[in-house]
Amino acid sequence: VTVRSFREAIGEALAAELDRDPTVVLLGEDVTLGGVFNTTPGLVDRFGPERVVDTPISELAFTGAAVFAAIRGLRPVVEIMFADFLALVMDTLQNQASKYWYVSNNQASVPLVVRTAVGAGGRFGACHSQTPTSMVLGEPGLKLVAPSNAVDAKQMLRAAIQDDNPVVFFEHKLLYGRKGELPADDAPTEPLGRAAVARSGGDVTIAAAMAAVETALEAAESLAADGIEAEVVDLRSLRPLDVETIAGSASKTRRLVVVEEGPAVGGYAAEVVAASVEGVDSLRARRVMMPDHAIPFSPLLEDAALPTPAAVADAARDLLS
Amino acid sequence: VSHPKPSLEDLFRSMLRIRLFEDAAMRLFMANEIPGTTHLYQGQEAVSVGVCSVLGPDDAVAATYRGHGACLAMGTDPTALMAELLGRSTGVNGGRAGSMNVIDLAHGVVGCFGIVGGSIVAATGAALASQLRRDGGVAVAFFGDGATNQAYFHECLNFAGVRRLPAVYVCENNLYGEWTPMANVTAGGSIVQRADAYGIPGVEVDGNDVLAVISAAEEAVGRARGGEGPTLLECKTYRHKGHSRLDDGSRYRPADEVTEWLARDPIPLLAEQLDDAVVEQLEDEVAEEIGAAVAAARAALPATPAAASAFKEAG
Repeated sequence: VTVRSFREAIGEALAAELDRDPTVVLLGEDVTLGGVFNTTPGLVDRFGPERVVDTPISELAFTGAAVFAAIRGLRPVVEIMFADFLALVMDTLQNQASKYWYVSNNQASVPLVVRTAVGAGGRFGACHSQTPTSMVLGEPGLKLVAPSNAVDAKQMLRAAIQDDNPVVFFEHKLLYGRKGELPADDAPTEPLGRAAVARSGGDVTIAAAMAAVETALEAAESLAADGIEAEVVDLRSLRPLDVETIAGSASKTRRLVVVEEGPAVGGYAAEVVAASVEGVDSLRARRVMMPDHAIPFSPLLEDAALPTPAAVADAARDLLS
Repeated sequence: VSHPKPSLEDLFRSMLRIRLFEDAAMRLFMANEIPGTTHLYQGQEAVSVGVCSVLGPDDAVAATYRGHGACLAMGTDPTALMAELLGRSTGVNGGRAGSMNVIDLAHGVVGCFGIVGGSIVAATGAALASQLRRDGGVAVAFFGDGATNQAYFHECLNFAGVRRLPAVYVCENNLYGEWTPMANVTAGGSIVQRADAYGIPGVEVDGNDVLAVISAAEEAVGRARGGEGPTLLECKTYRHKGHSRLDDGSRYRPADEVTEWLARDPIPLLAEQLDDAVVEQLEDEVAEEIGAAVAAARAALPATPAAASAFKEAG
């Protein structure tokens, strides 16, 4: 067991799978030098330039090429530097990758992982700070993975590469430095699609993903000071959603707060609330999301746009009042 | 990878199969048996038949929503293809795909794509897989003149050019993107010259002469297989029908232009090189084959709704 960062967890997962399976290849911009978030340093030295490939700044071409390389026997991992650039690859993700297994009548699936960095707080402005999970959330056939900690980053990235379906793997920039005790490279992984209970409590359920899990846990601490015990559900997988775990917690507390660092409309929080309401009688719910405008640059403006522990705790107290 | 050269008879049979298959498809469409829409390939048969005749079993092709020709040229069963158009359970994709989205991996067809340009990235990816797996495969993209103004075309030719991918990009320039003349929407006026910008050979081909297509395709596929990288072939051709459905092209194509191209129909052009008796015999054979395919496809059960997953399950 070694203590390493989320960033190193990504590199370790990639190395473990490149080592285990000769059909795994990595494609992206500047990946041989580690990439702008320094998640892939040294991989080209170990696995060579045929398996760790620097691409042109042509997200549509190299992601689409990876989709069809996957159909033809490889297991590509593509790095889209900032998730804001997912907009450039939507045709191949939405019209090609996600539909292939079903439309082909199960002739072939697309074992592809698209890794991409999300999240505000870095003062990167409107087009390098988004968490555009809602852009792909509604698409049947895509799995969406959203880890909140270093251990999940390693284990779930390995599981994503081993999965036979196209997976979009979201990495929150603020989490890259977080540390954890990482499992060994050959530790068994669990299948994608399971949430985890990050904190137990019986008064209110708070569901969140990625950095918002930390926001939820901070809110839970402040609620505990008032004698309110919050259960925090780390969603981990946005698609499929682990409705059983979420609704299981909500049916115990009858109160649900969902935290999403994302646009105010059409996000995973809405899906979590809807699925929970459908499964749990007399459930009261609140969402804590971002304001309905672009993410601003100036630090005071950006910070004010982010979901805060105080806002989450207020939403929980509101449900309890 | 070497393979026997197709005879003129084989080429004629293959082109006529597409022609008669689509005659039947149009009849069934007009009779409301084929739902939705259909984009006929008629007039362009020499391109896909010529190119696919030089491919081997490990090669891949990607085509467009006008893809019946490429599928049949690769060996897709006409009965299964017609059944797909009819929405039958016995269709190539069980009725899930329809005319525009056929996938037939068993015959090397990685897909037909309803979004203009999609075939270009599909072949690029198949070529990338062949390069990295060193399996000797070559991938061919068929696309129209309209697709050369899509990001897919430029990004993929650059990517394939810089990586020397074993790909052949076959533009079927039928002079119209949907209803709009190519010249009105294509800067520079030339498709083949765009290859120069990406450092790859660009070759203009008479797309109605199947032997000219074969000659150009052999060279391009040979280059790709030999590690020398991609080639852009611009095959000049013409669609006999409109863009889709009931469009007959008369609103935007001058009558004398249509007449001129119909006089260069690729199928009679090839027939001139065969004995009349042979042609007659092949016409009977193919008519019988397509008649039987249509009958079998129509007799099949419609695809029926059942629970299905968008995901492949583990295990």
